[in-house]
Amino acid sequence: MFCDSYPITAYEDLGAGVYSLRVKAPQITAAAQPGQFVEIGVPGFSLRRPISLCGIDPEKGEIRLVIADRGAGTHTLSTLREGDSIDLLGPLGTGFALPEPGAHVALVGGGIGTPPLLPLAERYRETCNAILGYRGRDQVILDVDFARFCDTVVCTDDGTYGVKGTVSPALEALLQACRIDIVYACGPAPMLRAVRDLCMQYSVRAQLSLEERMACGVGACVGCAVMTEHGGVRRVRRVCKDGPVFEAADIVF
Amino acid sequence: MADLSVTIAGVPFKNPVIAASGCFGFGLEYEDFFPLEALGGVSLKGTTLEARAGNRPPRIAETPAGMLNSVGLQNPGIDAFLREELPKIAGRDVVRIANIAGRSPAEYRELAERLRGAAVDLIEVNISCPNVREGGAAFGATCEGAVSVVREVKKAAGQPVVVKLTPAAADIAEIARAVESEGADAVSLINTLLGMRIDLESRRPVLRNNFGGLSGPALLPVALRMVWQVSHAVKIPVIGMGGVSSGRDAVEMFLAGASAVQVGAALFRDPFAPVKIIGEMNAWCDTHGVEYVRDLRGAASLWEDDPDWRLL
Repeated sequence: MFCDSYPITAYEDLGAGVYSLRVKAPQITAAAQPGQFVEIGVPGFSLRRPISLCGIDPEKGEIRLVIADRGAGTHTLSTLREGDSIDLLGPLGTGFALPEPGAHVALVGGGIGTPPLLPLAERYRETCNAILGYRGRDQVILDVDFARFCDTVVCTDDGTYGVKGTVSPALEALLQACRIDIVYACGPAPMLRAVRDLCMQYSVRAQLSLEERMACGVGACVGCAVMTEHGGVRRVRRVCKDGPVFEAADIVF
Repeated sequence: MADLSVTIAGVPFKNPVIAASGCFGFGLEYEDFFPLEALGGVSLKGTTLEARAGNRPPRIAETPAGMLNSVGLQNPGIDAFLREELPKIAGRDVVRIANIAGRSPAEYRELAERLRGAAVDLIEVNISCPNVREGGAAFGATCEGAVSVVREVKKAAGQPVVVKLTPAAADIAEIARAVESEGADAVSLINTLLGMRIDLESRRPVLRNNFGGLSGPALLPVALRMVWQVSHAVKIPVIGMGGVSSGRDAVEMFLAGASAVQVGAALFRDPFAPVKIIGEMNAWCDTHGVEYVRDLRGAASLWEDDPDWRLL
């Protein structure tokens, strides 16, 4: 883990109140794994903002952070531009289990839950299927980025873009059509529950990336918690340290 | 270089900065940022007799100049603490403080008994947790409650006892005097102050526990006032905490009467906070010609009343 001030190399407005920052942070980049996150320090705020890694580029020593402007802190961050510096703590947490390239994986992302899945699309490419869900056309982000790497299906609740409906029918069709070794999902809780249920029904391993309000980010304060159950034993685990990625079958919603 | 060493209840600290209980896990979570040895002491996560799951999340909410938490004493229990957590830091050159919490005076006594001979230098008795239904701040809010716990702990404790006080007491100095007379070796204050935040859209509290303890810079002036009052009411040392985020804050705590400080929420904004505070205290002492940081303890003096000024 590192904590320092790092330069921003690119800012991009993705629309829908979502923006992308690329940050030159070679130490963090070298240690980072898909599914991990950083905590961003925002001047004037007592708590850091946990943001997942949407891109890890070891060659450039850069990470990419995709952030929704949905509060005073993330709004302050939205004013940062190329050349500004940003206070990062990371890489944090336990990321996705990574089977060897060639494994057939499915990504299921909902809204602002899509960014942490992008490094998986880049890793698995031809053996990866992405299913991305959004409320409507105006909320769609990163679909082009995913489509650069892998087969990508976009679903919208209102049918204004891609397939009308939630991600569930598309995931079920995929699970029926081909052998999937593992499903990775990140998004709102109802979507995660649906993914978990479908994967259990089809006996496919699934890992979910959870979101929780957190403070320290390093496992010290146990402010973020998720109840898990494995082999009949219930345990409270730390989202920031033991997660944010957990086996879907273990999570007690 | 000033001499930052202090002694609390006979236990020597190389410097007066202690990581606060509940903010520093069992001591190893911040090892990527600084070695444990950089600190004067570490107060470990509050431990109960049995393993506890704590409160349902969300447990964290941001506030102006601070934060709320409603963790609710999640911990693996005293057995796991002694068997798995404490051995990992037992050989380290840092003052180890075990923090204990129970539902009854008898439970506190049993916890103190279990710690006899363990690799801890001090026992911090948490009678001030605002996030649990039984025990916690209920004991710390009254002299009778506080005394009932400290009496039992002192019967069993093999280490000096620090009693952690709550700002929820009507008169915290009175509680401090009561625990001192029961044999408490030091007091630490303040624990968090009960607060609340409400989500405008859902019209529900942000915390699933509805209420939670306020910590962070917002607490500093309240803590300073209480450290002042307590340190002028008792002879035992006072460990000051509540929003300490800089060397200047720590010096202010000393001037108010503290013999050491604990640092908690500041870690979450800056994982280097405790070592920065130590460095800043050192620098402040040097520029102000202070050779021994302990000489700052209680060095502030109040203004006298000036009744003549009010004459109209």
